[in-house]
Amino acid sequence: MSETLVLLIKIVVVLAWFLVLALLLTWVERKQSAVMQDRIGANRARIFGLRMFGLFQPFADAIKMIFKEDFVPPFADKVLHTLAPFVSFFFVAVAVTTIPFGPTVRIGGTAIDLQVYDGSAGLLFLLAMLSLGVYGILLSGWSSRNRWGLIGGMRGAAQLISYEVGLGLSLVGLIMVYPSLRLSEIVAHQGALFLGFLPRWGVFLQPLGFLVFFITAIAETKRVPFDLPEGESEIIGFYAEYGGLKWGLFMLTDFMEIIVVAALATTLFFGGWQMPWLGPDGLNWPWGGHWKMASWVVVCLQIVSFQVKVAFFCWLQILIRWTYPRIRYDQLMDLGWKLLVPLGLLNILGTGLIMSLK
Amino acid sequence: MTTAFQAEARPESMLVNMGPSHPAMHGTIRIMLELEGERIRNADVEVGYLHRGFEKTCENRTWFNLLIYTDRLNYVSPLLNNLGYAMAVEKLCGLEIPERAQWIRVLMSELSRVSDHLTCLAAMAMETGAFTAFLYNMKAREFLWDVIEQTTGARMTTSYIRIGGVRADLHADYEKAVRRGIDETRKVIKDVRGLLDKNVIFLGRTRDIAVMGRDAAVSYGWTGPALRSTGIAYDVRRAHPYLTYDRLAFDIPTGDRGDNFDRYLVRMAEMEQSLRIIEQCLDPLRRDRPARGPTSLEPAEAIRAGRTTPPDAAVRLSPNLEGAEKDVLGDIQSTDPKFAIPGKDAVYGTIEGLISHFQYFMKDHGFRPPAGEAYAAVEGGNGELGFFVVSDGTDRPYRLHLRAPCLHVVSALSGLIKGRLLADIIPTFGSMNMIGGELDR
Repeated sequence: MSETLVLLIKIVVVLAWFLVLALLLTWVERKQSAVMQDRIGANRARIFGLRMFGLFQPFADAIKMIFKEDFVPPFADKVLHTLAPFVSFFFVAVAVTTIPFGPTVRIGGTAIDLQVYDGSAGLLFLLAMLSLGVYGILLSGWSSRNRWGLIGGMRGAAQLISYEVGLGLSLVGLIMVYPSLRLSEIVAHQGALFLGFLPRWGVFLQPLGFLVFFITAIAETKRVPFDLPEGESEIIGFYAEYGGLKWGLFMLTDFMEIIVVAALATTLFFGGWQMPWLGPDGLNWPWGGHWKMASWVVVCLQIVSFQVKVAFFCWLQILIRWTYPRIRYDQLMDLGWKLLVPLGLLNILGTGLIMSLK
Repeated sequence: MTTAFQAEARPESMLVNMGPSHPAMHGTIRIMLELEGERIRNADVEVGYLHRGFEKTCENRTWFNLLIYTDRLNYVSPLLNNLGYAMAVEKLCGLEIPERAQWIRVLMSELSRVSDHLTCLAAMAMETGAFTAFLYNMKAREFLWDVIEQTTGARMTTSYIRIGGVRADLHADYEKAVRRGIDETRKVIKDVRGLLDKNVIFLGRTRDIAVMGRDAAVSYGWTGPALRSTGIAYDVRRAHPYLTYDRLAFDIPTGDRGDNFDRYLVRMAEMEQSLRIIEQCLDPLRRDRPARGPTSLEPAEAIRAGRTTPPDAAVRLSPNLEGAEKDVLGDIQSTDPKFAIPGKDAVYGTIEGLISHFQYFMKDHGFRPPAGEAYAAVEGGNGELGFFVVSDGTDRPYRLHLRAPCLHVVSALSGLIKGRLLADIIPTFGSMNMIGGELDR
């Protein structure tokens, strides 16, 4: 009984964290792009005269979207058209359950993993959920019976499926190094030291793998420079026929994907909740020396460490999004199949060679 | 009803309309596409969605009145359109323009050219997805438009360059604003070059895309940056110098491949040359003019004071009309008695001035060029912007034709995109700088 309760609480907390962060990210994106572009950015939304640098903007957006007409084009397939944004949203929301947020904590004798679902094939589950998200795009493009939407949906399907391959290959090397598919174990492995002083993070063991992973993962989020399914100035995109809250759901999914990618990069390549040199009883400096800390301080530090890393990757992705132009469709395919997939394979080969030599 | 385009299309391909309502079509153009996947099998460009009958309208307006319609041609560089029209009429009348007015015209032309190129490249960058470069360019344009607004009183519908000269003298503080504009624009050009020049993605989208050969470009009638990108250094400012361009030092940048990236590079380099020209304009335009000061009278006071004897004090004009006083008007306006307008202080303060003012602007009375025809061209933002005017001696043009440079450039669009990918339309079209007002007239 209590286990179910704990699980329920965890689900609620994680989902709340996820959604709040996604909403916050809409604000961050506006503000960050504004800073980059010499603008002020959204700052008008206020509650009782309180502006808070426009932090209420996401709420204003949500209210606007709720009060917009829930429009389904008369020629569209009503059921699929309505279903599509929910499909997109659902799979991303499920994907985040496998991410470990912190170490196992003990509260009154019960051990609680700060992770909703720790499956033995957690990584595969996550990748599967991410790839299922393509149905949302495909369905939305197809069901709205708009030719631009259809082109967008097709582009999206081709792009996501192609980059799925590169994404999967880039992670094989990682799985060889930390012989597990269980995300909590991968994180646990990254707590050790490498060459005596570096934390044993994926990025140090698998630099090439990380590069391929990050590029393919950005492509999976469908944002500039890989925003071909949307391509607002070319083909208007797969959600050309969406408005109001359904469109908002697509947008929210976009931001949630950013967070998932950031969390995944953190978990797999940047030590997850591990903080460098922080053991369960305090900081162990690589040059000797030890700072003793209470276990709750350590847990808090580790949770914060995870959040900071996720925030960094969100920031990085937004930075990339506002810097580059959009790539062309055939170039995207070339990049995916002719560069990233071979690099992924090379990475596996190299990893295998080094491991067999040891 | 099926159109010829639909009838020719193969049954397995997909037909889509790009525009007239499409984010990359700058509002007013339609491209019908026959697609096979992403590949363009056939394309048909349809222009005319912004046709407002400019030429016909002009036949029904007096020579003076129709100036405001030229503002709305290329609405990104309205001063250049004003200039083209004014020059055509001046040629018809054989009017001599005062030196200072010529320098002001050059300054305004080059400011407009830079803002035109900035806008074009901004739109091109934005449509390829680089939104940040777009806003950088727009920021620089603001500083240049500040100069224009300060002097002309308007950002877009300037109507500042008039037949016989310019409407008013430069704003007293214009030089400060110009220097600021030049500095900010140089900074932005540097930033945008840093963002795009060596950007692999941008190069991939523009390098060797939509390559235009020299002969083809000439046969299509391309002019301006688009023609120069193919390697032909034809620039109206150099080939047929007007105003004071023969006394200015500037280079004519050319490309060698004639692709989208060359069109981008040529525009970038031209902006630098234009800034160079602007800097050269500052010295000839510098002068010390006695400040009119607070002793000057409001027009109404001047009339009251002048009921019996003409007042000694000067009449104060609105800031946008500074320099239009009787005694200094000759610096910026032609003084040819047949075509000159009276000084504004005379209009406000004396009945003779008022009468001659009305006579100038009234129907069937005012400005009447001799019968004949004239063609004058300026180097517009997109190329040779030519006005052909025919006069039958009345107060309205018998015929007015505009040679819109972007019509000729856009006419090559469907040939350039055929066989390419859907996404190639965007930078190709963007690099052509289609301006609806000018294209559709």
